[in-house]
Amino acid sequence: MTSLEQDLTPALTATVVEAFANATPLMIQGSGSKAFYGRATHGQPLDLAGHSGILEYEPAELVLTARAGTPLKHIEHILAQAGQMLPFEPPHFGDPQSTGGTLGGAVAAGLSGPARPWQGAVRDAVLGVTVLSGEGKVLHFGGKVMKNVAGYDVSRLMVGALGTLGVLLEVSIRVLPIARVQQTQIIPMSASQALAHLAEWNRSPLPINGASFHDDALHIRLAGAHSAVHKAALRIGGDTQEPTAATHYWQALRDHHLPFFQAKTGNLWRVALPLTAPIAALPLARQLIDWGGQQRWLWLDNLSDAAKIRPQAQAAGGHATLFCAATGNSMAPFSPLPAPLLALQQRVKASLDPKGLFNRGRLYPEL
Amino acid sequence: MSISAELAHESPPLSAERYAALIEGLRAIVSTAALLTTAEAMKPFECDGLSAIKRMPAVVVLPETIEQVQAVLKLCHRLAIPVVARGAGTGLSGGALPSIDGVLLSLAKFKSILHIDATNRTARVQPGVRNLAISEAAAPYGLYYAPDPSSQIACTIGGNVAENSGGVHCLKYGLTVHNVLEVTFITIEGEIITIGGAALDSAGFDLLAVMSGSEGMLGIMVEILVRLLPVPETAKVVMAAFDSLENAGQAVANIIAAGIIPAGLEMMDNNAIRAAEAFVHAGYPVDATAILLCELDGTAEEVTELLGEVEAVLQRSGATGLWIAKNDEERIRFWAGRKAAFPAVGRLSPDYYCMDGTIPRRQLASVLQQIDAMSKKYQLEVANVFHAGDGNLHPLILFDANKPGELDRAEEFGMSILTLCVAVGGSVTGEHGIGVEKLKPMCAQFAADELEHFFALKAAFDPAGLLNPGKAVPTLQRCAEFGAMHVHHNHLPHPDLPRF
Repeated sequence: MTSLEQDLTPALTATVVEAFANATPLMIQGSGSKAFYGRATHGQPLDLAGHSGILEYEPAELVLTARAGTPLKHIEHILAQAGQMLPFEPPHFGDPQSTGGTLGGAVAAGLSGPARPWQGAVRDAVLGVTVLSGEGKVLHFGGKVMKNVAGYDVSRLMVGALGTLGVLLEVSIRVLPIARVQQTQIIPMSASQALAHLAEWNRSPLPINGASFHDDALHIRLAGAHSAVHKAALRIGGDTQEPTAATHYWQALRDHHLPFFQAKTGNLWRVALPLTAPIAALPLARQLIDWGGQQRWLWLDNLSDAAKIRPQAQAAGGHATLFCAATGNSMAPFSPLPAPLLALQQRVKASLDPKGLFNRGRLYPEL
Repeated sequence: MSISAELAHESPPLSAERYAALIEGLRAIVSTAALLTTAEAMKPFECDGLSAIKRMPAVVVLPETIEQVQAVLKLCHRLAIPVVARGAGTGLSGGALPSIDGVLLSLAKFKSILHIDATNRTARVQPGVRNLAISEAAAPYGLYYAPDPSSQIACTIGGNVAENSGGVHCLKYGLTVHNVLEVTFITIEGEIITIGGAALDSAGFDLLAVMSGSEGMLGIMVEILVRLLPVPETAKVVMAAFDSLENAGQAVANIIAAGIIPAGLEMMDNNAIRAAEAFVHAGYPVDATAILLCELDGTAEEVTELLGEVEAVLQRSGATGLWIAKNDEERIRFWAGRKAAFPAVGRLSPDYYCMDGTIPRRQLASVLQQIDAMSKKYQLEVANVFHAGDGNLHPLILFDANKPGELDRAEEFGMSILTLCVAVGGSVTGEHGIGVEKLKPMCAQFAADELEHFFALKAAFDPAGLLNPGKAVPTLQRCAEFGAMHVHHNHLPHPDLPRF
């Protein structure tokens, strides 16, 4: 386990200071498990995978602080020993046998798993960060306590920025107890029936923390006190999935190991929508619905469909991400930003990384 | 130097020429009735909930359309005149204190609830809508807006976002930042920008998080989309007495370690218990060193199940007495004592300072003991109430401003507490914000490089520094003043509002 405890701050700082002096672009790398996500970037590699180790964790505080390169698997293992978890269930992409993604990568990518609508996103759990600025300064923002309104919330700004605003060195995260009882109900139905049920249940105080639909079946994960889960299962109906199979199912959904994701036919799109939004361009038959209807995954192999998806998602109050592009597809991965918002984001980027060293163009060409 | 004395050195009033240009410009934008220029009319706007600090603005403007807000901001940008936004003015840190040479922009007329979407559990509202009004409008759908600052009957959602307000229930349901989905704001240049959205996790930087708690320094919010939650079926509260702070602190840790996240988890020390009991007769054990109030919510079965576990944990943690509220009436009475703690303490002393810091929970007993030692050193009594679940401490320092030296000692005492909060890994403010009140303790929490980055971020939104200048982030030269919520003769501004 010694390899898990390593502080590379001095070396990383020296590299960034030098890069600042020479205006050398840097490409920040963790484990590389999400290298497919976002635009291609170029620069001198800045390797964070070795910068690892859990720095502080007391279960009763519900807070864990770790270096950015700490493997998620290690963190989840330590948390599970105390009956706790990362509330946002970060996905682990790639080979399940590999060490897999890091905490810093999860925060930089800002991707959350099946529990996201009920337990919050990555950004909701981030309490504080230590970052290397574009000038090579080590800065601390936020803290290790849940309530903290001192200064601007730079910690959460780092979430989903894909490393373009600074090098994450340490992150403090709010954790949650694992529910004492979890139970998955599988209910056969059509996609439109599923969306109708999800809309109805969304208004009730049901202990749902996972809801997906594909292959003509709705999967509902209930989590909470025994009595609450039992009562809710009776209300929503369906068959109870065997617990080990259920655990594997939600992990496979989270990590894109379900057969749907393995199809790899064309381009994988992630569409975030208000729960009830109808989308004509999205054939229900080719969708995997997650987040209780608020996240839809679909494969599109031709560009004319792809051209329609963004305007339609936008018209419905949502947005579409080209999550994993087929070779040769040069479409922008993220929804274009309105000009004033893009200009503002460029100024925000410049405030933390004045020479534009970090992960140039990974999020948008201008950032 | 007191905050008032320090602020007296700030910008002089506008020259007659600039003032005339401002008034002429504003008259072309809003009606005469929406423009307050006399001292008498502007008097209610001279301070917020931090009433010890008062300052008259150059003018008060009450626009009622987004176009008017845009035009006012463009005008001020062109004339280089500061703008301070204001909601209900209930903030406790002076965030809405006017600039002498600036416009006070009241959002009071933006009070429409634009749409409640019951299926998607959202409410689209204007910034001047009161916090509680959202829950009232959502109630027919079985929904509510979760963050519940103690001033929720009066404070507005725009102010809540600006301060990232908390409340008694944020341990389970989060702060304002966790419950806001989208904000539309106007930049100082008059540009309209929407961040976030009805769909989750928008692309680009998370500016919504930056806007939360930005104290009106980045933009003027004109529309907000909040997340609603289904109203829990039932709520129950259990009260436990302890004969030591260590046991009470350990009980909090043990509840969390048992995998239970209560809806609310509050602690009071003996001074606070006795004050509250004498004031509202809540039925508190006055000989206890500390009490805990633990509220559980959910379905009836779930609450019953968890209540049994919480009782067992509390007993195991050395509780000397346990009381479960038998009905809603008793539950409300248990809470009444906690919610009346500030005015109850105010009866004991001519003046008090309310501090607001956060600490890691495990430091609770140690911090309270050190506060006790400071109390002896500064020869001032202190009562402690504590959002124990999320580590948010409110020490109330008792003093008499008429006794020479007591005010200064109280200020020093408060500063020592906040410095201690930072030293043990906490923060100088959990929910009241920095405003003008906590500029000095900010210097204890952040290094010069970090403060410089805050200014750089501010400049990305407001390059000329016209929005709420001088608040929230201390300049490097000016980490030199101190103050706190100063309450004289128990006369809070907004005395009708509960404060806890």
